Amino acid sequence: MFGNLSERLVETFKNLRTKGKLSPADIDATLREIRRALLEADVALEVVKAFTGSVRERAMGDEVSKALNPAQQVVQIVNEELVKILGGEQRKLEFSKKPPTVIMLAGLQGSGKTTLAGKLAKWLKDQNQTPLLVAADLQRPNAVNQLQVVGERAGVDVFAPEPGNGKGDPVKVSKDAIKHAEKKQYSVVIVDTAGRLGIDEELMKQARDIRKATDPDEVLFVIDSMIGQDAVNVAKAFEDGVGITGVVLTKLDGDARGGAALSVASVTGKPIMFSSTGEGLDAFEPFYPDRMASRILDMGDVLTLIEQTQKAFDEGEAQKMADKLASETFTLEDFLDQMQQLRKMGSLKSMLAMMPGANQMKAQLDNFDEGEINRTEAIIRSMTPTERRQPKVLNGSRRLRIANGSGTSVTEVNSLVNRFEQAAKMMKTVAKGGMPQMPGMPNMPGMGGGFIGGKSKKKDKGKGGSKSGNPAKRAAEEAARRSGEKPNQGGSGSAFGIN
Amino acid sequence: MIGAADTFRAAAVEQIATWAERANAQLIRPESEGQDPASVAFKTVELALKNDADVAIIDTAGRLQNKKDLMAELDKIRRVVEKQAQISETLLVLDATTGQNGLVQAKAFAEVANVTGIVLTKLDGTAKGGIVYSIQRELGIPVKLVGVGEGIADFAFFDAREFAKGLVG
Repeated sequence: MFGNLSERLVETFKNLRTKGKLSPADIDATLREIRRALLEADVALEVVKAFTGSVRERAMGDEVSKALNPAQQVVQIVNEELVKILGGEQRKLEFSKKPPTVIMLAGLQGSGKTTLAGKLAKWLKDQNQTPLLVAADLQRPNAVNQLQVVGERAGVDVFAPEPGNGKGDPVKVSKDAIKHAEKKQYSVVIVDTAGRLGIDEELMKQARDIRKATDPDEVLFVIDSMIGQDAVNVAKAFEDGVGITGVVLTKLDGDARGGAALSVASVTGKPIMFSSTGEGLDAFEPFYPDRMASRILDMGDVLTLIEQTQKAFDEGEAQKMADKLASETFTLEDFLDQMQQLRKMGSLKSMLAMMPGANQMKAQLDNFDEGEINRTEAIIRSMTPTERRQPKVLNGSRRLRIANGSGTSVTEVNSLVNRFEQAAKMMKTVAKGGMPQMPGMPNMPGMGGGFIGGKSKKKDKGKGGSKSGNPAKRAAEEAARRSGEKPNQGGSGSAFGIN
Repeated sequence: MIGAADTFRAAAVEQIATWAERANAQLIRPESEGQDPASVAFKTVELALKNDADVAIIDTAGRLQNKKDLMAELDKIRRVVEKQAQISETLLVLDATTGQNGLVQAKAFAEVANVTGIVLTKLDGTAKGGIVYSIQRELGIPVKLVGVGEGIADFAFFDAREFAKGLVG
């Protein structure tokens, strides 16, 4: 996401970096590039103008000319302004003091409301809320049905008194839903409304009526991140027609440049609160303007990475692993365990993409083959328990059997065993000498000074976090080193090495 | 005859079943949820040939063009169908609100599925769908149909003159 926009901006700044002093002409040239990059990314014209305007004003001022490193200062300004147009501070959901909290979803057809309703419900449920989904889309054929399926997958109750398909009154359904929720003590009610066009007065009135009937604490405007210049019109129409309190971006896992994201928050003055990044019910995260700006400027989003890691890694499990390392009994079985833990975090690729400088290795990242992890798993699973515990017993014929059993070649088995042995050796050193200071980090491109400091502090907080930060990093390096050739399982293999 | 080959999204089959009913068309359903869409497509064409249907329409699941596996799935559907009959039209359904990404989308889909035309939907909104101009110019893929509403008859053949008027006017 934001890939191309990010590439363009980074390229622009690269030219700037070689300069010790910035002339007004340099700044103008940079701004021109930025403007073009933003327009190509579908950012609305008025937003682009405002953005470049305020960057110019600050860049021309003392702030930059007096800075030790003017180019760095410009990047900093762009970063801050990006955060500003993305909505500034991250805003959390407003929960009503008197439950239930009502969240209404609105947006165009096909923007992903129903799926999002499920994701939001699951997310809330994971935070110990008791959400209720309300099927108020009685327009689209079988939308009610879809919500029921989604609700079932999320393990959340669905309130659907009407069959839909054009029958029933969504306003009444919504009203009844609130009563139902009060009686049954649900803490959050999520109203999934039908998709509508901003200019469809009849349907906009219906949305207003639903709003009036339910008095929602949040009205979230759901918008597809692929949307172009029309984003501004649509957003305005919903802001004027229904009144919204926040924005949700969907389909951010596509390769759209995401300009809509930049425009919508700025045009409506409402913050982007969540983003949805895939088809699974878990592909959903709160939106942090500062982190997103960092991602766009290729400064990485290590905070999100750490959070995801901490979510997936079990603290106790990590402790057990640390003990194992110390006592030098780390086996291929543990290796397999760890791999499955890593799996829980989601795709390695998406994790690597959050690393600082990831953009410059984009080609390698695209080549990164997640299938290698499957193959490694297959190899280990083809071993007998003894072999897993004592890789030393693996002689030629055993290796051949394992290769045949896992559908790989002896070479692949060999390289896994070698890597495991190296890793085990390294781990012993690590376990004795404590955690190494983030190996390999210095040669990662695109790091800002202060950024790292804050990060490593945060990293040390959680056991799981501090460990798993490394696998991704090592995998990233590995991927970079093996540019071109197929990454031979290196990612996961040495990843665990450091654990 | 319609083949419900979107076996992925929740209740997609029911949705198209409703539409098929409204359109008075025969629907070929998958036997189970999450079934290989290519098999549904194959069966649709097979039955269409057997029953002398004039047109077989295969509805596939929505996918993002940067998802390799899903695009490979689409490629497979195309290959499987072509075992029995030539595909006369592969239509890429594009939302009129789509921005510059539409071109990337069209390129990717054209590569995998030999797209022969575009269906531009939601033209009844505020969006004008200017991206189809770039698509026509860069890839030579014309717009064939436009969608202008939620009713079953709310679509029309593409009229370049009208479209141009909307774009500038």
